[in-house]
Amino acid sequence: MSNKVAATSSLAIAAAVAAALTTATVTTTPAQAAGKEKCYGVSLAGQNDCAAGPGTTCAGTSTVDYQGNAWTLVPAGTCASMDLPAGTDGSKRAGSLEALKRDLPS
Amino acid sequence: MPLEATQRAFAGALLDPEAPVPTGVVDPEGRPAPKRFAVYRNNVTVSLIEALATAFPVVEKIVGAEFFAAMAREFVRAHPPTSPLLMFYGEAFPAFLAAFEPVKHLAYLPDMATLEQLRRRAYHARDAEPLGPEFLAAVPPETLGTLRVTLHPAAHILQSNHPILSIWEWNNAASSDQQTALPEGGEHVLITRPELDVELRRLPVGGAHFLEALQSGAALGEAAAAGAAAEGFDLTTNITGLIESRVVTDFTVDGAA
Repeated sequence: MSNKVAATSSLAIAAAVAAALTTATVTTTPAQAAGKEKCYGVSLAGQNDCAAGPGTTCAGTSTVDYQGNAWTLVPAGTCASMDLPAGTDGSKRAGSLEALKRDLPS
Repeated sequence: MPLEATQRAFAGALLDPEAPVPTGVVDPEGRPAPKRFAVYRNNVTVSLIEALATAFPVVEKIVGAEFFAAMAREFVRAHPPTSPLLMFYGEAFPAFLAAFEPVKHLAYLPDMATLEQLRRRAYHARDAEPLGPEFLAAVPPETLGTLRVTLHPAAHILQSNHPILSIWEWNNAASSDQQTALPEGGEHVLITRPELDVELRRLPVGGAHFLEALQSGAALGEAAAAGAAAEGFDLTTNITGLIESRVVTDFTVDGAA
């Protein structure tokens, strides 16, 4: 590639970047992240998101349904009110924004 | 029987309904327990079918739940999980669909499965902080040609000969009046996740080649040339897309350009 061609193309790139910077509309939505909360104790076995805590190493590894220390993303506001099947001892389950002690793998 | 052989026989019998009950599966009285094993075998298969239905909702919607379950059963038997991470189970599903005779008439179905698989990949990818547009403004204009960027770990590019994103959107439309006529020709899609939600973006002409070049470490000048191989490639449009998709997480520039 000759110097002239290289110079032209770098000019073209600079022009394109300048034009792009004026036209691009970036919608940063921290609200998106703010609208979600980590919800513990509601994900089904194998469907938890990452960082499930001691006893599980990563996403998809929880071994008990509704494992208390496994979390998954849910829309904000629905965590605690989410209906879950009752526990094996008949006790009512509900989601929690904190890690729970129940339903841990033995 | 050595442990390994016992395990292999047990695992093999799980996915083959014709296989005999593995030796050693007994009831409390020590008698063979074929019914118990059958229950377990059924649960394994059904749970994997359900995992696939969860993973490929649009494929399921297109073929219908009943058909999907039957097809998934075939897949599960042919491709049992190779990893305990159920969230990625189904990597081989697109290729399976491409070769599965009963869905041959749905030519776009394998690409739809790929799109859904890439959405899962993006969802579970490592988090990374996207750079704002100011990073580009800060690069000295004469060195822009040597700019190399790191794309987000969640970024994937899918090139389809079908209007795959339009089909996906059609199937996810909230109401029927959002279901407009599908465009002609193929679509190239960027799948990424700048924050918590996976985003799908239709790439402009040459955009897939442009992004793939950047992703493989090419400088902006080289990537522009790669994109320009496609007729109708517009660099400004593509750089605008690069900014708006917030897919860049890091960059370097050669000082001596």
